[in-house]
Amino acid sequence: MKPFNYSRAADDKAAVTSARGQGARYLGGGTNLIDLMKHEIEQPDALVDVSRLPHEAIEETGDGVRIGAAVTNSALAGDPIIRERYPLLSTALLSGATMQLRNRATTGGNFLQRTRCQYFYDTQRACNKREPGSGCDAVGGLNRFHAILGASEQCIAVHPSDMAVAMVALGAHVETALGEGSGRTLPADALHRLPGDTPHIDHQLRHGELITHVVLPKAAEHQLYRKVRDRSSYAFAVVSIGVAFDLLEGNFMNVRIALGGVAHKPWRAARAEEILEGKAPSPELFAKAADAELAEARGYGHNDFKIPLMRRLIIASFGEMTAKQENAA
Amino acid sequence: MYPLQLTINGKAHETNVDPRVSLLDLLRENLGLTGSKKGCDHGQCGACTVIVNGRRINSCLSLAVSHDGDEVTTIEGMASDDGLSPLQAAFVRHDAFQCGYCTPGQICSATALLEELERGEPSVVTKERVELADEEIRERMSGNLCRCGAYNNIIDAILEVAEARA
Repeated sequence: MKPFNYSRAADDKAAVTSARGQGARYLGGGTNLIDLMKHEIEQPDALVDVSRLPHEAIEETGDGVRIGAAVTNSALAGDPIIRERYPLLSTALLSGATMQLRNRATTGGNFLQRTRCQYFYDTQRACNKREPGSGCDAVGGLNRFHAILGASEQCIAVHPSDMAVAMVALGAHVETALGEGSGRTLPADALHRLPGDTPHIDHQLRHGELITHVVLPKAAEHQLYRKVRDRSSYAFAVVSIGVAFDLLEGNFMNVRIALGGVAHKPWRAARAEEILEGKAPSPELFAKAADAELAEARGYGHNDFKIPLMRRLIIASFGEMTAKQENAA
Repeated sequence: MYPLQLTINGKAHETNVDPRVSLLDLLRENLGLTGSKKGCDHGQCGACTVIVNGRRINSCLSLAVSHDGDEVTTIEGMASDDGLSPLQAAFVRHDAFQCGYCTPGQICSATALLEELERGEPSVVTKERVELADEEIRERMSGNLCRCGAYNNIIDAILEVAEARA
């Protein structure tokens, strides 16, 4: 690990000031950053520890909930309000990592974790995300876990988070601090970006911009998170889905769908949402929505199976959620 | 070097650390507490699991300097003057280890797990409320690998203690 300076921020303003230098990084739980520093993939010259900033509360705000960025993944998953009103988020969190990791990992940090593409981790291989311009060994390499939507020839890595998929499906917003009391709010589904020609940039935050809170709107009536993985615990998603909707007189309302394990960011399935909105549930409709969303999906060899798998997961998830509805009626 | 105060197994420690030193290396190399083990050093195996402020964590993925003021419990802090902790005794009784390398991490992990059960904290297999069953313990222990494959006996040992407490 390369030497670095360590400091603990007293407040947001001090944190942003300390993180001005180009080589500075924020330290939350460190479960991803410290690992990457050991591999010397991340080589910060300064770490600004934000894990003890007073952003550890989960507060009700009218219809919604405001979550401090330093709230750990286990605290968030186990919170009674989250479990009762946002089971999609609780389930997504609990299906990621292990209890040891969730006890350290933070809400802000989970969003900003980096891809687990093995070519990003292997410093002997070409990776445009790690070293811009070096190429991508995943295209044409072992790419079973890689993207089927929104990728570029420069990068086919996927975002690994379960939590972020849930946040996008729930319509969360992220609040940030930029120093001098300024900050902004952006939708969770606008936080991450597609790789294009600059895959070394994961997200839209500026250097030194600090996530302070995440705000959830009123909870949808129907929520589901499903994750397909190679073993039943402690594995990243092959594909996953977060679904939230209301039903009005038997028709879909406010449908939000986010797909995980398929793209460089949690993939908002806007085309599928549009097809479902206002309609009555039916297997034919679910298939139509899935087909529309995946019309431009593309495999790279080993991950071709993800396209039919994702299609079936979309159809099965809506089938399960609306079957429950019929049984209840 | 950065000043650091820690309470480890009830004893106060004051030391200075390079910020690169992990909590695991501090325990093992600086303080001679070699019970916590370095398996993968990347948060994948759980051999380094210790309890910090009542929560189990991977000590390999945590910088020591970030733990100023924290309370740490390691395997060395499990037994008391009365003998082994209930979990330690159950591991012996159930033959829940072979080579023993993962065992300190397993026991620290399981010790914190019992508290999580008592607080009613959910896992991904929990339905309405936590029920003591194989599946629940397996899911909660998935961060601790055992290459000797003593899993069945580890689960039995943990379940026995959990049931005795319930």
